[in-house]
Amino acid sequence: MDLIWLIPLLPGLGAALNGLVGIRFFSKQTAGLVAVSTMAVAFVLSVVAFLGLLGLPADERYHEVTVASWIPPIPLETANGIGSFEVPWAFALDPLSGMMLLVVTGIGLLIHVYSVGYIAHEPRGGVARFFCYLNLFCFFMLTLVLGSSFLVMFVGWEGVGLCSYLLIGYWYRKQSASDAGKKAFIVNRIGDWGFILGIFLVFFTFGTLDFREVAEAAAGMPVEVGFGVLSLICLFLFIGATGKSAQIPLYVWLPDAMEGPTPVSALIHAATMVTAGVYMVCRNAVLFSHAPMVMEVVAWIGVLTAFMAATIGLVQTDIKRVLAYSTVSQLGYMFLATGVGAFAAGAFHLMTHAFFKALLFLGSGSVIHGMNEEQDMRRMGGLKAYMPTTFWTMAIGAVAIAGIPPLAGFFSKDEILYRTFLHSQALWGIGALTAVMTAFYMFRLINMTFLGRYRGPEWGHPAGGEAHDDGGHGHAWHGPHESPRTMTAPLMVLAVGAVFAGFIGVPAALGGSNVIEHFLEPSFTAFGAFHAAEEAHHLSHTAELGLMALSVLLAAGAILFAYRNYVQQPAAADEMARTFAGPHRVLTNKYYVDELYGATVVRGTMEGANGLWTVDQRVVDGAVNGAGWTTIFSSWVSHVLDKYVVDGLVNLVAWVCAEASYLFRRAQTGLIQNYAFATLLGVFAFVTWYLLAR
Amino acid sequence: MSNAADTPSLLSLILFTPLAGALVLLFVGKRQVDLIRWIANATAFLGFLVSLPLWFVYDSANPDWQFVEQMEWIPSIGAQYFLGVDGFSVLLVLLTTMMGVIAVLSSWNAIQTRVKEYYIFLLMLQTGMIGAFVSLDFLLFFLFWEVMLVPMYFLIGIWGSDNRLYSAIKFFLFTLVGSVIMLLGILAVYFYHQDVTGVYTFDITQFHELNIPSDLQWWIFLAFFLGFAVKVPMFPFHTWLPDAHTDAPMAAVLLKMGTYGFIRFSLPILPEATQAFVPAVVLLSIVGIVYGALVAMAQRDWKRLVAYSSVSHMGMVMLGMFALTPVGITGSIVQQLNHGISTGALFLLVGVVYERRHTRMIAEYGGLSKVMPVYAAIFLVMTMSSIGLPTLNGFIGEVLILQGIFVVNKTWAFFAASGIVLGAAYMLWLYQRTMFGTVDNPKNENLPDISAREFATFVPLLLLAVWIGLYPKPFLDRLETSVDKVMMRVNADYTPRFAIAAAGDADAQRLTVDAAAPGVEATGTLVLPDVPVRGGAR
Amino acid sequence: MLEITPLHYSLLSAALFMIGVIGVLVRRNVIIIFMSIELILNAVNINLVALSDQLQDLAGQVFVVFVIAVAAAEAAVGLGIIIAFYRNKETVNIDEIQIMRW
Repeated sequence: MDLIWLIPLLPGLGAALNGLVGIRFFSKQTAGLVAVSTMAVAFVLSVVAFLGLLGLPADERYHEVTVASWIPPIPLETANGIGSFEVPWAFALDPLSGMMLLVVTGIGLLIHVYSVGYIAHEPRGGVARFFCYLNLFCFFMLTLVLGSSFLVMFVGWEGVGLCSYLLIGYWYRKQSASDAGKKAFIVNRIGDWGFILGIFLVFFTFGTLDFREVAEAAAGMPVEVGFGVLSLICLFLFIGATGKSAQIPLYVWLPDAMEGPTPVSALIHAATMVTAGVYMVCRNAVLFSHAPMVMEVVAWIGVLTAFMAATIGLVQTDIKRVLAYSTVSQLGYMFLATGVGAFAAGAFHLMTHAFFKALLFLGSGSVIHGMNEEQDMRRMGGLKAYMPTTFWTMAIGAVAIAGIPPLAGFFSKDEILYRTFLHSQALWGIGALTAVMTAFYMFRLINMTFLGRYRGPEWGHPAGGEAHDDGGHGHAWHGPHESPRTMTAPLMVLAVGAVFAGFIGVPAALGGSNVIEHFLEPSFTAFGAFHAAEEAHHLSHTAELGLMALSVLLAAGAILFAYRNYVQQPAAADEMARTFAGPHRVLTNKYYVDELYGATVVRGTMEGANGLWTVDQRVVDGAVNGAGWTTIFSSWVSHVLDKYVVDGLVNLVAWVCAEASYLFRRAQTGLIQNYAFATLLGVFAFVTWYLLAR
Repeated sequence: MSNAADTPSLLSLILFTPLAGALVLLFVGKRQVDLIRWIANATAFLGFLVSLPLWFVYDSANPDWQFVEQMEWIPSIGAQYFLGVDGFSVLLVLLTTMMGVIAVLSSWNAIQTRVKEYYIFLLMLQTGMIGAFVSLDFLLFFLFWEVMLVPMYFLIGIWGSDNRLYSAIKFFLFTLVGSVIMLLGILAVYFYHQDVTGVYTFDITQFHELNIPSDLQWWIFLAFFLGFAVKVPMFPFHTWLPDAHTDAPMAAVLLKMGTYGFIRFSLPILPEATQAFVPAVVLLSIVGIVYGALVAMAQRDWKRLVAYSSVSHMGMVMLGMFALTPVGITGSIVQQLNHGISTGALFLLVGVVYERRHTRMIAEYGGLSKVMPVYAAIFLVMTMSSIGLPTLNGFIGEVLILQGIFVVNKTWAFFAASGIVLGAAYMLWLYQRTMFGTVDNPKNENLPDISAREFATFVPLLLLAVWIGLYPKPFLDRLETSVDKVMMRVNADYTPRFAIAAAGDADAQRLTVDAAAPGVEATGTLVLPDVPVRGGAR
Repeated sequence: MLEITPLHYSLLSAALFMIGVIGVLVRRNVIIIFMSIELILNAVNINLVALSDQLQDLAGQVFVVFVIAVAAAEAAVGLGIIIAFYRNKETVNIDEIQIMRW
């Protein structure tokens, strides 16, 4: 377990190798091999570490490894006197991070394998670049998961954002892809704004950034009745989580992120990165459980996001977008769970969701691959015949997400709904409704894609894809076909996971012991000192079973409804769209949220930027230039003064002299006799005066 | 100053190596362009080599000035030739000499007219900068400070971009006005010192122990502020920057002059005024951060965009410094290095494409990832470094600064942190517009990727970016005592870490003595001395 | 017989002097003016001799000798100038010698 730092480092090495050397020199196979093998070793190490963790007694399952100093201690005042700002490169393994570790390395490995097939049509350097990014993503994601302090987690947090940016924009020549990448990064950064402020406040409040120390300190504080400092911390952290985990109001980037290659969508935008927000909230369960007001906010944001995304998902026609909204919706569920205090249920759903959503995304990737980059479900249909493996595995995924027992989704989702019911019936109502919609849109997807009549283009000539040509295959299309083995094998593995992953969390009402909850419990309880989660009341097992039965029935009903509408009577769906034309339009336009943000935030910023630039040129620089002009003007004034007043006076004197000289020079005849005569006169005058004065 | 004994006149050597190179260049015929280039590169590289001992020999545990050189200069007014470094100057001198190498190397093809004069000015500029960083005599500092103006004026005026004369004059006037007023401030300190002690001196170490009455501090602070804020440049004084950025790597260092001035002079000499001015300076810094970022977003010229991002980043630097917390000041210095590294690199990157296309309009580019992949990759790393992605250098600086300011005032931190969103927005948008998309402009289709020489200029910057990002400890260690010395001046209650360490040593020694003393039980259990682990109580 | 008194000498001298002055002022020929200057000098000489006799002081007569010598030198220089001038201007009319005019 002391080698857990190797787990993130290995994919990091793979990324470095592929990035520095691979893009130029590696063949496609070598690049893939490097990436897959580093992930495989990381997975093995994770399993070993996890087993090591299991070997410990339940209350000692915490193992921290400090690799090196990062930010050495610097004194800094905190709320409790002078503290020391210090962050080491330290990684911690506990039940929660252990579970995430397995999810990330396991699903990451599968998706790496899948990508080898998926990305095979790209040019050689592109493949290495792709694997470099993908490995880099795993490096950061594992750093996020294993980081033992807020700041190390933030490293991973930002890093996965970068990789998400790079991978969404992988086909960078496509405007929409680079737009989507940029949008993802910037929206995430808005969340990060909140997150980093939350981190600062954590340090200021507790004098440390280590998760464990913070949790222990927080556990000693009273549960806040009003809105205190813990609430503020949690709110800031939750803002970060809404960015990364695509919750209202920052969810808008995730659907656009589907511009990236499908394995990326599966890994980053379904299984791992987007769950980082949930993971972070769970990691700070002690903090959150001391801030009930924020918990309420989390629950409501979660359930509203779940509901809203599900409604949008009902009408989308792009196969990946349906899944994207479904992801948003399921993430909402997880936040609902954490919001009502069921952190274990949230984490459990996180894990099961990782399986079936990765499965669904990879399946959709397989479909898109087989359909020559076609993503519009209206041009699919009847694909079951062409790609059976994909169909069956995806169907398993859909059943799992719809919450039909005994597949994985049933247990985790039901646990959440049950705990929500205990907390608030209103939340439960919305949650249950969302579950129904989930079942409906998932089977709408399955039905439109695989069942019914084939509506796609004829083969032999290129498919009428919309501008997907840049990323497209280089070869002629021979009709829908099953994907290669490297792609279907991960599907099958994930399908197995989607079926069985739920059994680790069988609730007591069904005779299980909810292993996962007990396993994760120490992570949520300040490592042995937790006392807050007094379960107010339990329902009887019968009532719990009743709730389960109800939700299963509703889900089954929704599935049948979807079957009727999209397979038996395909016209019925259009009919319905016409009947509810108004709501339908609102939904297809995603509640116009993008337009709203575009008109307010984006436009506002851009106009503000342009406005300020004008200000900069006119006012600030204007002042400078104005000062310059004033100087020049005053110098001109001085010049005028100098020329006409000062110089004028001098010239006046000269002029007067010159004019006067015209008068007096008459005397200057040049004739000596005149001069002599004048002298004589003078002599006479003086003599006369002399004589008379006597 | 024990270690300095081994290297008696290292600072003078570092200081005058570039100048010597410039002198040699004077005697080379102007037609021998290649010879000139080789000499200039060799000089710059030599300058870097001789500065390297600073990194290794500098004793970060020693709070005194190191590598001190002191002799008479103008005895009649008490001016001395007085050099010495602390943690701040060590890092900044090293940054300068390294950037000097990069600047000279990157000019190889970029400069085709008046090559000889160009390199002479560049080397002179380097001497000026180093001189300002190592001077411990205020008049000597001012001399170097003004010496920098002249080569910079010509560098902008002759080799600048369009409208270069306007830019050069604007730069010159801006900084000259600032420094003249600063000189008044210097003289005020000088005469006040004479008043109190009866000694005429420009010795900064003496000034650092001066307690000037607060109303006089107030005026002197204003005078210094004007001089330094222009160089930083802080918000309302920034408009010379976008016009003046010609020689990118050196200009990126040039901005450090202002912030260095603040930390070396304003803070320790005028602690009371500094505290009084904190709200004003912080306000200007935050306005600078947000304003610079927003204006950067509106730019259509690549280089101006980077220049405005500089305004934003330097706002961050000032913010951290005026947090007046050890974390904030440390972050501020680190961020100065980061700014030198990442903004310097971004300017170089603009230079690379400018050399190929002779335009800096963003709209002229697009899709360069396709034609210049290595370039795009370097640009990506530097973009990320600039927007503060963790594991790269920018993050360390930003997080220290913001944490440093956060404990002082949460509202300030809230607004300042918005810079991380806006920074991402304008840089990524720039990246998208230049690197992504299809190659629409046929002129861009056959651009060659960066050459080995160009690549060589980026390698040290990339390495440093990663180094500071992953393991900033060596840098932070070197700053420790210097930050503490500044903190002791601005905050009388502050207990510096070196004092604690010394106390710890003393205690440890006492402990060993005690242990050796007879009568102590030799159980081997050591009772830890009562060392105050956290800083002084407040 | 009329006694010749110093007054007579003075009157003669004054008359000669006035004749000389008037000659200098009104004549146009440089030569005549020159001669008139000689008259003035001689009027002074008469005065000097008369007063020397009257006062029984030989210094006056010594002065006269000096004046005669200076007058001779002056005449030589003056005539030289006149000749030089005549060579240039072909005239000795003083009205045409006005090069000192403004």
